[in-house]
Amino acid sequence: MSAPHTEPVTAPESAGEAELAAYNFAYLDEQTKRMIRRAILKAIAIPGYQVPFASREMPMPYGWGTGGVQVTAAIIGPEDVLKVIDQGADDTTNAVSIRAFFQKVAAVRATTHTADATIIQTRHRIPEHTLKEGQVLVYQVPIPEPLRFLEPRETETRKMHALEEYGLMHVKLYEDIARHGRIATTYAYPVKVHGRYVMDPSPTPKFDNPKMHRSEALQLFGAGREKRIYAVPPHTDVVSLDFEDHPFEVQQFDRPCALCGATHVYLDEVVLDDRGGRMFVCSDTDYCETRQAEGHVGEMLATSEREAAE
Amino acid sequence: MPDRTETFAGGFANAVFDSQAVFRTLMDCMARPGQTGEVTLSLAPPAPLGIAAGAVMLTLCDHDTPVWLSPKLSQSPVPGWLAFHGGAPLTTERHEARFAFFEGRAPLPSLGAFALGSQEYPDRSTTLIIEVASLDNGQPLTLSGPGIRDTAGIAPNGLPADFLRQWSGNGALFPRGVDVVLTAGRRLVALPRTCKITAKTLTESVAETPASEG
Ligand SMILES: [Zn+2]
Repeated sequence: MSAPHTEPVTAPESAGEAELAAYNFAYLDEQTKRMIRRAILKAIAIPGYQVPFASREMPMPYGWGTGGVQVTAAIIGPEDVLKVIDQGADDTTNAVSIRAFFQKVAAVRATTHTADATIIQTRHRIPEHTLKEGQVLVYQVPIPEPLRFLEPRETETRKMHALEEYGLMHVKLYEDIARHGRIATTYAYPVKVHGRYVMDPSPTPKFDNPKMHRSEALQLFGAGREKRIYAVPPHTDVVSLDFEDHPFEVQQFDRPCALCGATHVYLDEVVLDDRGGRMFVCSDTDYCETRQAEGHVGEMLATSEREAAE
Repeated sequence: MPDRTETFAGGFANAVFDSQAVFRTLMDCMARPGQTGEVTLSLAPPAPLGIAAGAVMLTLCDHDTPVWLSPKLSQSPVPGWLAFHGGAPLTTERHEARFAFFEGRAPLPSLGAFALGSQEYPDRSTTLIIEVASLDNGQPLTLSGPGIRDTAGIAPNGLPADFLRQWSGNGALFPRGVDVVLTAGRRLVALPRTCKITAKTLTESVAETPASEG
């Protein structure tokens, strides 16, 4: 863990309590877990609505997914198998730190395989492998309010959600079309949940939006700094906002993954050299590695294998 | 004077892991209305509070959550048990309650008298925990809504008389409204406010039979 271990924010009343608090299962004290659990249940009962909660300080800086970490800490048990991804990868600093944190404070098993995980905490991606019943996807959310960039005042955005007044959001998207000829928003593309609340799907690429729609998995969202929890139950409608003459479209990639040959997946650009060489590979590293292990070969691997053989 | 043994005994053997297990069962059920959860750990809440209802009480209630108890529960050893294990304050004001508990066959007051949340904060509403005799040998009900692929079925026996009528009124208030957990001994089913419930009619059940054979 690169971040220093700090004391829990709930002021301990005695040295004995402080000592005990340091050994809390999943780090959070029981009162905090109860508070977060109550918020999660209400979030599930009101799909897409942002439930305020008393976010605690975690032993990692904001921006490192403290909201997602608190949600995971409130639901995780000894039987769980945890996967943590950042931009689709299990081996980035953020993902490695959070995984190590839960292995230390909850002694849970960890995995990189999407299909084996019971809880997947994510920043910026939804795994390519279709999630199943019994899995929980926990999103780390920086800014939970989809209307915030249109209206800075919380009292006003609350009112807009209360009155289902989402005209401004449509105006913003339509301005995109007027200016760019299409909706330019590619990340955190707003969705409507269960035909009622407009929700920020967190900064995932809009490529992932269709995966949220009627997913078999429970989706939970935690925003630490903004102190909000929201949820999408399984089998729930999640519809990306669009217009009749400009229907929602996901990003298209004009080539398959250079390593595993996968199509219809989200690709990242990787710079190979300083002469402009580059390749496009799966952003979901587990998906890519699993395919390679199954014998799928992309263009780049095929080339290097040919070269090795020559 | 409540029995002291009942007050102090019968809580979670291991509060941290037991409450996590009960919460996950409850969360899964809230996310999948119609799915039956079971509280398998040992817990002995004082009668007439059931095991699942007692488990939900200890998992979610504390000094931040005013609890309303039915008249019969308030006169039982339950208030002492709750005070000792959960520390939650009791309220007689239904609209102040975060949780409300009903023993089996308790009459159901108007759901609208409980906290329904506001249009801005619909989460500030009561969750009702209602004990029934059984979840599967009573009136067949069809559930639909978030958490359910097409439809789900439950057949609670001992649902309060006008529950279905009240529930449909509750649904009309969305996003405001109460949420309900039906408990029967160790078992529970959750009914979030989004859940639509219709009573299966005789003709529907008859019509389903040939289809399932074909
Ligand atoms: Zn690949």
